[in-house]
Amino acid sequence: MITFEGVTKRYPDGTVAVDDLSLQAPTGAITVFVGPSGCGKTTSLRMINRMIDATSGRILLDDQDVRAIDPPTLRRGIGYVIQQAGLFPHRKIVDNVATVPYLLGWDKKKARARAMELLELVGLDSKLAGRYPFQLSGGQQQRVGVARALAADPPVLLMDEPFSAVDPIVRASLQEELLHLQSELHKTIVFVTHDIDEAIKLGDAVAVLRVGGRLAQMADPATLLSEPADDFVREFLGKDRGIRRLSFVPATGIRLGSVPADLELDEDTRPLGWRSDGGLLPYGTFNPERDSLRAALDAALLSPNGTAIAVDGDGRAIGVATRDVLDEALARHGTRPEKRVPDPDREVPASDPRRAES
Amino acid sequence: MNWLIDFFGTAANWSGSDGIPVRILEHLEFSAAAFLIAALIAVPLGLLIGHTGRGGFIVVVTANAARALPTLGLLVLVVLLIGVGTVLPVLIPLVVLAVPPILVNTYEGVRGVDADLRDAAYGMGLRGRQVLFRVLTPSALPLILLGLRLSAIQVVSTASVAAFVGLGGLGRFIIDGLATKTYSDVIGGAVLIALLALAVQLGFTVLDRVVVSPGVRQVR
Ligand SMILES: Nc1ncnc2c1ncn2[C@@H]1O[C@H](COP(=O)(O)OP(=O)(O)OP(=O)(O)O)[C@@H](O)[C@H]1O
Ligand SMILES: [Mg+2]
Repeated sequence: MITFEGVTKRYPDGTVAVDDLSLQAPTGAITVFVGPSGCGKTTSLRMINRMIDATSGRILLDDQDVRAIDPPTLRRGIGYVIQQAGLFPHRKIVDNVATVPYLLGWDKKKARARAMELLELVGLDSKLAGRYPFQLSGGQQQRVGVARALAADPPVLLMDEPFSAVDPIVRASLQEELLHLQSELHKTIVFVTHDIDEAIKLGDAVAVLRVGGRLAQMADPATLLSEPADDFVREFLGKDRGIRRLSFVPATGIRLGSVPADLELDEDTRPLGWRSDGGLLPYGTFNPERDSLRAALDAALLSPNGTAIAVDGDGRAIGVATRDVLDEALARHGTRPEKRVPDPDREVPASDPRRAES
Repeated sequence: MNWLIDFFGTAANWSGSDGIPVRILEHLEFSAAAFLIAALIAVPLGLLIGHTGRGGFIVVVTANAARALPTLGLLVLVVLLIGVGTVLPVLIPLVVLAVPPILVNTYEGVRGVDADLRDAAYGMGLRGRQVLFRVLTPSALPLILLGLRLSAIQVVSTASVAAFVGLGGLGRFIIDGLATKTYSDVIGGAVLIALLALAVQLGFTVLDRVVVSPGVRQVR
């Protein structure tokens, strides 16, 4: 766990970048710092690995004050990923990834073997290992940056807008990959972004900072969307809060009706379309075990008759949710959201509804 | 052309204490000594100033002074101050000539390393010295070598001033040739100096291939 206790950073020119910040980033979870430009996200992050030292207050890593640890030693135990990847241009990819193991004195063979393992873990072809950074795309470089941060298996990972320099499609896949990695590695991650959607997608806990470096609200994404603390947070969250919040409501609770006769199925009972005089009409499906209420609603909107088809993991129809049933579910969750306060020791659930949604 | 044939074709020019091989060796001795001393001063200084960011004014002052100082004038000054008879009057002006390109390019090379790269290096847990030698220096190497090359070429071309104070080197062919109106010697000496400069250029091109990482060479 990373604990900020009344942390303030005042730069020599008098700028107060972070003002009396107190919060906890739980072990094994992703905590996102989000807020408008200049609100002190980077400063807060960099005080954890002492790239910047706090003016007052304390930052504890588990129970140890980071100020008690010599910075290089501290940093070797904390993965750090920055926006421009910052790969060493003169070293091959494999040696870039092995940077910290080399520093820690691992022998070359072991360090390289570990690096190859990590390249695979972050989804990079092993033939890229012998290339130089300039021979990689931005997205690939960013993956290498993540692999490098993970190389010595640090329990803590700090990420400063790691995906903001790549195009939206690559960004989305990097985000997915991070969630996937995290579901296996359970690192304590502090992730900085100015993109609220990214914060909501990735965060187990989201800390919204306002300009002047003060904490506006810290909550899990669902609570943030349903109960913004004030106008600043509400405005920062933007539009569609209601519908976005439904991403956090699992679809398991929806009462399913039996598959109606006018749904055409193939021999494996996978849906083909709604029968009508003019042929088959489009349809939408959701998986109640994996998907969110938002996905179910979306499926309903895709069918002309407003009925969402529930399917199992193999895509076989197992029932339907009519608009009435969905209304019911909405009524149940629309007004009183579930609380999902992050628990420091909680395991990340394997079937978090967000993880299925992309 | 005849002059060149006269100069290079005369067997006597190739032997003795004032023959071409000896003169070339002398020339290379002055040049190498001055160049090495300059490199030993300027490379560490440039690395240090670039890395710490302190003392940048030294680089600026040196660069400007270099443009203003006439090598020959300095030579005369040193001779007036300490007299002839040693190699110092030649070495000092040559070192003064050789330092600025190395210093400026080394400094700029280190300074010019991407701030994100430097940041990432510290962020990984490298210590200051490791950042300098494992990240900044390899990244700055193309510029450092450029500085060394410019400097070496200047020194080789200018080492002929040794002849003015009675020392050897290829300058002798030029000075003595002018004095005795033996123009084939003047031209032959000039050609030899140009060839040496070319050889230096070639040497550095090879060195560049060998020591600069392909990852950095491409980025330039
Ligand atoms: N070295 C510095 N000296 C003085 N002021 C600084 C320094 N670094 C940052 N600041 C100021 O501190 C405030 C917070 O900066 P910080 O970089 O932490 O913001 P940020 O939230 O990361 O912004 P962005 O989203 O633009 O990256 C800003 O007002 C910035 O101008
Ligand atoms: Mg920032």
